[in-house]
Amino acid sequence: MKVWQRNFTVYQRVWKINFLPPLLEPLFYLFAFGAGLGTLVGSIVYRGSAISYIGYIAPALVAINIMYNAFFETTFASFVRMYYQKTFDAMLATPLSIQEIITGEIVWGATKSVIGTSIMLAVISFFGILHYPAVLLIIPLSFVGGVAFGAIGMFFTSVIPSIDSFNLPVFLFITPMFLFSGTFFPLENLPPWVQKAALAFPLTHLVKLTRALGLGYFEWGLLWDTLYLVAFSAVFFPLAIRGMRKRLIK
Amino acid sequence: MEYIIEAENVQKSFGELHAVDGVSFRVKKGESFGLLGPNGAGKTTTIRMIYGFSPMTSGSLKVFGLDVVTDWRRIKSRIGICQQENSLDPDLSVQQNLEVFARYFDIPKKEAQERTRFLLDFISMGHRKGNRVTELSGGLMRRLVIARALINNPELMILDEPTTGLDPQSRHQVWERLEELKSRGLTIVLTTHYMEEAARLCDRLVIVDHGKILVEGKPGELVALYVGREVIEISAPSEELLRWVSSERLDYENLGHRLIIYCKEGDSLFHTISRKFCTGGCDLRLATLEDVFLKLTGRGLRE
Repeated sequence: MKVWQRNFTVYQRVWKINFLPPLLEPLFYLFAFGAGLGTLVGSIVYRGSAISYIGYIAPALVAINIMYNAFFETTFASFVRMYYQKTFDAMLATPLSIQEIITGEIVWGATKSVIGTSIMLAVISFFGILHYPAVLLIIPLSFVGGVAFGAIGMFFTSVIPSIDSFNLPVFLFITPMFLFSGTFFPLENLPPWVQKAALAFPLTHLVKLTRALGLGYFEWGLLWDTLYLVAFSAVFFPLAIRGMRKRLIK
Repeated sequence: MEYIIEAENVQKSFGELHAVDGVSFRVKKGESFGLLGPNGAGKTTTIRMIYGFSPMTSGSLKVFGLDVVTDWRRIKSRIGICQQENSLDPDLSVQQNLEVFARYFDIPKKEAQERTRFLLDFISMGHRKGNRVTELSGGLMRRLVIARALINNPELMILDEPTTGLDPQSRHQVWERLEELKSRGLTIVLTTHYMEEAARLCDRLVIVDHGKILVEGKPGELVALYVGREVIEISAPSEELLRWVSSERLDYENLGHRLIIYCKEGDSLFHTISRKFCTGGCDLRLATLEDVFLKLTGRGLRE
C-alpha cells in the first residue's frame, strides 16, 4: 500500500504527461484503423451479425491498453526503480518486506491500467460504439487484467540481466499477442493450430471479455476467460515475488 | 550492561566465498562502533545482516535483544540506515523524499511533516525542500540520506561508508552532524576505510579482513598497542641503514623504496638516524590508526 502511494505521489507530479498517452493513443488508433483501414474493410461479421470495423477493434484497443499499461510499468519502470534508482534497496531498509514492495509495484501497474482504461473508455464513448452500462464492467476487469500482465512483467524484471534485454519478451511475447489475440481480425481467419496457440495468450481472453462487455453480450464461456486471467496471475504473482527475492536479497 | 547488537560467530557464504567468516562483537547502548577494513573485507555484508537485508548463513545475531531472523520488522522500525549507494528517490523532491519514507514506517502524516521540517533544519536544508534530488550536490545528498535515516527517531543508526566520495568540506559537515547525534546518546555503527573518520567518530572499533576480525579496541589503544607512539618514515633508505635497523631489532617495515620504523619514543632514534644515515627524506610523525590498519591488513592492493 505504501509502495503504491509512493508511485502515486510520483504520478501526481507528472500527471499531465501521464494523462496524454491514454487520451491520444486510442484516438490515433481509431483514426488510423477506423477511418483508414475501416473504409477498406467495411463491416465485419461477428457472432452472426455485421458490425462496423471500428466497433470491432475499439474494445480490443482497450484490452491492449490494459496490457501495455501494466506490463510496461512493471518491466521498464520497475527495473529503473530497482536497478538505477535503488528505490527497492531503500525500501528494504524500512519495515517493508520484499513481498509488500513487489505487491505494491504490481498493484500499481494494475492501477495504471484502470486509470488508462477509464480515460480511454470516456474518449471512445464519443464515437457511440460502446454499449452502456455493460461497458462499465471493463473498469474492474482492467484491474484483473492489469494484475495478470503486471505479474508477468515483474517476473521478467526479476530475471532479466539488463534493461536492453526487455526487447526479448516484448518481441516474443507482447508483439505476437498484440497481433494474434483476435485484436484486429477474428482468430477464426487463422490456421487451427494458431488458434489453439492463441488460447494460451492472456490477451486473447482479455480481448474476448472487453469485446463482450463493449458490445454488450454475455455467454458462459466468458467465465472461463476471467478464470484464465485469475489463474495466470496466481501463477506469475508468486513467481515474480520469488524471482525478485532471489535477485534483491543476497 | 545493555547491548544493542550481539553478534555470535556470524557467517555468510556466497557459494565458495566466505564473505563473513565467524564474526563476534557487541555494541553497547550509546556507543559509536566502527567496522574498518579494506574493500571486500566483509564490512557491508556484516551490517546488511544486522538490518536483515542479507540472511546469514550461520551464527546468531540479536539487535535490541531481538533475533534478526524472526523479529526483523520490529528491529527495522527502530533503526535508521544509510546505505553506501545513494538510494534517494530521484522522482521526488527533497521534502517528499522524507515524507514518503516516513510513510514506510507508518508515521502519521502530521507527525511526518513535523519530523521532516525538523530534520531539514537539522541538516540546514530547509531552503532546498522543493528541489529535486538530482539537483543536489554529493554532499547535500549525503546529508539528506542521513536525515532520511533519522525519520523514525531510531535508537540505532547504521552508516555504510558515510563520507566516501565527498569533498573535505562536505565530509566535515557530515562528521559534525554525526558527532551531534552521538552526543545526544544515539548508538551508531559505521563502516569506513577512512582512518581519520574512524579515529574521530568511533569509541571502539574492529578491523576486519577476509571476513574475520583482526583486532578490537579503542582507536588510541590500538595505535599504542600495535605501532607505538611515533613513526619514522625514510624514503630511499640506504643498505647501511637497513642493516643497522635490523641489527638494532627495531620494529620496522621495509617497502623497498621506503622504510617505516615504529617506536615508542622517536626523538633520540630520529636524531641518530638522520645524523648517521640520511641526507634528507627522513620524517618523524605521530602514529595514526592508518599505520595500524596497514600493518595489520597489509599493503597489497585489493580486488
